[in-house]
Amino acid sequence: MEGAAQASARVPFRLKVAFVWVVIFTILGLLFAAADFNTQFMRDSADYVLRGLLYTVVIALAAIVLAVVLALIGALGRLSSNPVAYGVSGFYTSFFRGTPLIVQLFLIAFALPVVVGNLGLSSGIEDLLTLDSLVAGILALGLNYGAYMTEIFRAGIQSVSHGQSEAADALGMTYGQKMKRVVLPQAFRVIIPPTGNEFIAMLKDTALVSFIGATVGQEEIFRRAQLVGTRDFLPLEAYLLAAMVYWALTAIFTFFQGKLERRIGKGYVRGGATGGTTKKFLPSGGAGGVAGGGGMVEIETDEMSGGPELPGQSH
Amino acid sequence: MTRRNGEAVVRVENLHKSFGALEVLRGIDMEVHKGEVVVIFGRSGSGKSTLLRCVNFLEDPTSGLIEVAGVRLEGGHRTKGKREQVRQIRIKAGMVFQQFNLFPNMTVIGNVMEGPLTVKGIPEHDARANALELLAKVGLSDKADEYPIRLSGGQQQRVAIARALAMEPDVMLFDEPTSALDPELIGEVLTVMKSLATDLHMTMIVVTHEMGFAREVANRMVFFHEGVILEQGTPDEMINHTKYPETKKFFEAVL
Repeated sequence: MEGAAQASARVPFRLKVAFVWVVIFTILGLLFAAADFNTQFMRDSADYVLRGLLYTVVIALAAIVLAVVLALIGALGRLSSNPVAYGVSGFYTSFFRGTPLIVQLFLIAFALPVVVGNLGLSSGIEDLLTLDSLVAGILALGLNYGAYMTEIFRAGIQSVSHGQSEAADALGMTYGQKMKRVVLPQAFRVIIPPTGNEFIAMLKDTALVSFIGATVGQEEIFRRAQLVGTRDFLPLEAYLLAAMVYWALTAIFTFFQGKLERRIGKGYVRGGATGGTTKKFLPSGGAGGVAGGGGMVEIETDEMSGGPELPGQSH
Repeated sequence: MTRRNGEAVVRVENLHKSFGALEVLRGIDMEVHKGEVVVIFGRSGSGKSTLLRCVNFLEDPTSGLIEVAGVRLEGGHRTKGKREQVRQIRIKAGMVFQQFNLFPNMTVIGNVMEGPLTVKGIPEHDARANALELLAKVGLSDKADEYPIRLSGGQQQRVAIARALAMEPDVMLFDEPTSALDPELIGEVLTVMKSLATDLHMTMIVVTHEMGFAREVANRMVFFHEGVILEQGTPDEMINHTKYPETKKFFEAVL
């Protein structure tokens, strides 16, 4: 017995976990084969569905850019002593966090043009606000995620110690210089990991855009899966295909997010040489990945970089 | 030793500072002349750090007048117009903090170049050359490309001194520069500070409890007690011939 336990202790943890994954996939594969899915259809439809990747990624990228800009402005507003800035950013986060994303999506896509039309404004504005579904999707996702990310950004900025701000002030920096050179670069270290998570969550939420329709040829992944699935009466195969694509996509971005985090960790890790040869940095959690046990992580713990707990995110 | 006849680099007139109901500074008048090294000391809570932080407006004085290198500014509410004057004062007054406050996102040389590059708009080539010279002066040429986290406290503080010097200030403000250091690291920082006084004839206001440093380098020592200057004089006058029991009691505690 003892010998077996010792032998087991010699097998690396990661190898054991890999084995568990293989078992899970084997079982799923057997079930899949037994359930008699139409694999021919899945292979034939893959090309069409995959062409939706472009629109899924474009929507998510554009929306995350919008969300980052809004979150930065929102966070500076939340930290401002100016009542207008504070009030407006408070209203923004309250509304967009307080209503469902799908409702916001419908409001922007369908209600906005009608409301503007009823206000009797010039038809030019009305036309302008009759949005293409791609644009409406980007707007809704960007506004919604920007509101959540305002809190991430606020916490990130507040995590930079007051001493840093004073050191920048003492050099004679303006508010803008201080933010750009000292506070935000340090805040981003705290902000980027959860922002990466938001982006990955957003990749999946782009599927909601299918509900407001899409210009022919510009359908994102889920819309395409719906279309082929209903056309050939094989919805399960179509949705499974969509699930695989989303999963692969998020796994890829999770991998890159981990790399990015390690780059940002530079300057905060003691020991090891400069220039990328340092062994381990922050553990990067990941979909499909396993957090390696006990890395040689040594993160500065004094007030220069001690980040606060970020507010919990739930969509 | 005293060089009191030069022009006043820092002038403080009837300075008051309150935090809420608590009046920390209760009417401070002080002049620091070019090349002078003034050591401010006193019990914790006596207002000595607050005075230093009022000089470069890290704290807004409640009332009174501050003048640094010819820029005069009244205390009281910070208006928009004042903001630029505050910045001018800060450019002329270098500050070294108890906690170093180096920018962890920049290398050592990046820290030293930051002020000249961003605030003064000096070309990178010149800023780098000047920064290397300053790092040599504080004995850290070999650490130029390291990040601050890899440095000891004493090394970090020397970088912080170089960072402040890079702005070519008219006066250096030291806010308990060795209080956060392990005892064996204090010496290297004091040595650098001494060389600023003796080699560069830098005007310095130093809040510290390092009485050895004061005795050796200070032209004048100023004793703060409950928000006022109780007495001041040369190190000899203060350490050996003080007239006040409060000062005597303080020395008994630290010496």
